Amino acid sequence: MGRYVVRRLLQMVPVFIGSTLLIFLMVNVMGDPVAGLCGDRQCDPATAAQLRKEFGLDQPVWQQYLTYMGNVFTGDFGTAFNGQEVTELMSTAFPVTIRLTVVAILFEVVIGITLGVVTGLRRGRPVDTGVLLLTLVVISVPTFVTGLLLQLLLGVEWGWIRPSVSPAAPFDELILPGLVLASVSLAYVTRLTRTSIAENRRSDYVRTAIAKGLPRHRVVTRHLLRNSLIPVVTFIGADIGFLMGGAIVTERIFNIHGVGYQLYQGILRQNTQTVVGFVTVLVLVFLVCNLVVDLLYAVLDPRIRYA
Amino acid sequence: MRGATHAGWVACAVAVALAATGCGGGGDAGDSGAVLSSSWTDPQNPLEPANTNEVQGGKVLDMIFRGLKRYDAKTGVAEDMLAEKIETSDSRNYTVTVKDGWTFSNGEKVTARSFVDAWNYGASLRNNQKNAYFFSYIEGYDKVHPEKGEQSAETMSGLKVVDDRTFTVRLSQKFSSFPDTLGYNAFVPLPRAFFDDHAAWLAKPVGNGPYAVESYTKGSEMRLTKWDAYPGSDAARNGGVTLKVYTDNNTAYTDLMAGNLDLVDDVPAQQLKNVRSDLGDRYLNTPAGIIQTLAFPHYDKAWNKPGSVKVRKGLSRAINRRQITDTIFQKTRTPATDWTSPVLGEDGGYQEGLCGQWCEYDAAAAKKLIEEGGGLPGGQVKITYNADTGSHKLWVDAVCNSINNALGNDRACVGNPIGTFADFRSKSTTQKLSGPFRAGWQMDYPLTQNFLQPLYYTGASSNDGKWSNEEFDRLVDQANAETDVAKAVETFQKAEEVVRDNMAAIPLWYQNGSAGWSERLSNVALNPFSVPVYHEIKVG
Repeated sequence: MGRYVVRRLLQMVPVFIGSTLLIFLMVNVMGDPVAGLCGDRQCDPATAAQLRKEFGLDQPVWQQYLTYMGNVFTGDFGTAFNGQEVTELMSTAFPVTIRLTVVAILFEVVIGITLGVVTGLRRGRPVDTGVLLLTLVVISVPTFVTGLLLQLLLGVEWGWIRPSVSPAAPFDELILPGLVLASVSLAYVTRLTRTSIAENRRSDYVRTAIAKGLPRHRVVTRHLLRNSLIPVVTFIGADIGFLMGGAIVTERIFNIHGVGYQLYQGILRQNTQTVVGFVTVLVLVFLVCNLVVDLLYAVLDPRIRYA
Repeated sequence: MRGATHAGWVACAVAVALAATGCGGGGDAGDSGAVLSSSWTDPQNPLEPANTNEVQGGKVLDMIFRGLKRYDAKTGVAEDMLAEKIETSDSRNYTVTVKDGWTFSNGEKVTARSFVDAWNYGASLRNNQKNAYFFSYIEGYDKVHPEKGEQSAETMSGLKVVDDRTFTVRLSQKFSSFPDTLGYNAFVPLPRAFFDDHAAWLAKPVGNGPYAVESYTKGSEMRLTKWDAYPGSDAARNGGVTLKVYTDNNTAYTDLMAGNLDLVDDVPAQQLKNVRSDLGDRYLNTPAGIIQTLAFPHYDKAWNKPGSVKVRKGLSRAINRRQITDTIFQKTRTPATDWTSPVLGEDGGYQEGLCGQWCEYDAAAAKKLIEEGGGLPGGQVKITYNADTGSHKLWVDAVCNSINNALGNDRACVGNPIGTFADFRSKSTTQKLSGPFRAGWQMDYPLTQNFLQPLYYTGASSNDGKWSNEEFDRLVDQANAETDVAKAVETFQKAEEVVRDNMAAIPLWYQNGSAGWSERLSNVALNPFSVPVYHEIKVG
């Protein structure tokens, strides 16, 4: 097990370097960011040159990348165009997005798996058909529609919640945005669990467990659910990364100043330092999530043992 | 999805409970101490006077600073603020006397040195100030801000402190409107604290205006409170303003509707249809000093042929401005009939109808003109724009439709979107475009000069199409040297006629500023820069 973890950690290095290089190149291809800094007026050439020098944009791309990576290892992610350190932006944006992601994942785990188990055990019954239809609707309606609609109804028409989240973004204000963010994944989790449960219900070990006279809830939670969770855990693990990086729509609608918003701003202003910095951290999140998922397999299914 | 919906209800119940306790402390409406909240966007650049070139940062500077002059919120005329007098006999050497009794909000006196130091800082190449060119008329600017290489002087030779309240300015050329430019934010004075501890100042700027910064959380909000010891006559009539950063102006509008926000100074395009019924009288839509034009690549031979003027005029006549501003912009734009802006007023140089028939829609005439001019270069025009902000796609497509209909050719005009503003700017400023491109111009100060010289003078900073005309340049020089303001304006109008006769750029429409506010507020107005006049707003 220990060797497996080490091997996986080592594999992360090339993935990390490759993905950051790709992002770096992609942002650089977009052209000269300094041109957009002066608005509809052209920056005077001397100031533009000075700015390029300050942001290191006057050097060849490979050299920029090397300098950048060198700095990253010392914890220096550079400076955004508005004079703020990227690490400072991260320290305000990541906690907010992490809270939002936690809320969303909780919804997925609690509601998604519960619904999945319920429908999986009652395949073909009205409950099952109803939930299937509902999840289909949720999957097919775009997030921004759900988000704007709920915001309008609950925030403006009925006045139950504040339509926008305050800068501090405490947990209670993130419940609705978290639900909106989770909605599509939640539907997938429900369907995945349902299929998996329905499939395993007919397996030998479940029949044995029932034959042994174990109580129903024990059969379901210890035997059936544990074995059915593997695909679900894989999905949720990958989803953590997607939720953190892909919350742009939700964050815009509810005025959440998180990672998605900062990335959006960074791309709009073509701010290489911000974009690459945030993506670098997101890549790390993806990698760690994947590792944790793989390790969880072993916990869920003792047959999967890595030497 | 029953469970999920259920959870939503629980969420709301929690949120309601919290909101209720949160609102319990309120109830201070109806006095001059009440604070209003207003939508804001994160400034793009560090918040320094000479480094701020967009509306959002300028908004803050306008609240916490007062300069030598100030533009009247209604007429746009430059009036003395901190300046007791600005004297000149030759339009080149100016003596400025600063009024007595002004201080910064930290107690430091505003002196002649506060101005001279600030201007020298702004002009210095080393400080990367994006508005440095504002000081380029001052003698010695080329030493502190050379076009190439290191700067060879620390300060501009044209600036001299005479005594505590007097300083002199020597310009490198005659410029009669110079005093009128001094209302711009780049020219405000700076306290010693700015130079002594720059980082601390940026974290919490200190100025000399009616408001003082109470706290500034970058990226989320800035709290400004009324500065009680403010010596000026335009003290704030409310207790303060909280600027809240919004990720999207739609969300800000939603918050206004829900009663969580008092003022939105940019009503989103999607809401324009409903805004009248939503807000009634609490909505404002007035012209601002912004004009949108279509610029041409005059550096490209295809657009710089003998017949090109006719082609450009033909294109101008093929655009149905009225229809586009009515349907796409819901009348938040006004069809342009000259190259300046109505906010200048008749005396300031705005001349309604200067463009004449060339800006009037006439399909038949348009077709004829373009044919006479030798047809469209390459048989097709591509209008380049940035697709990331400002819903430019909508109007570019409409303009193209109008041109295609007028010419009876489906392929006469197409839009050419570019992903980001930065990319669009880098292509347009490096002459990489081969067709017309969108050009927006927001004035720096309400002067005709500002609408003409930076855009059409040979080699000027925003002359991206590289248009060049000797007659125009001569008239601008002449107007700048004119000591009589009325005569200067008249000469600028003559220069504008040269722009018209050559159709250097097609004027499209003047942009309006818009604002919507809650029932708590009254006396809301926008200045010619489309920024709310915050200190005038009454709460309660």
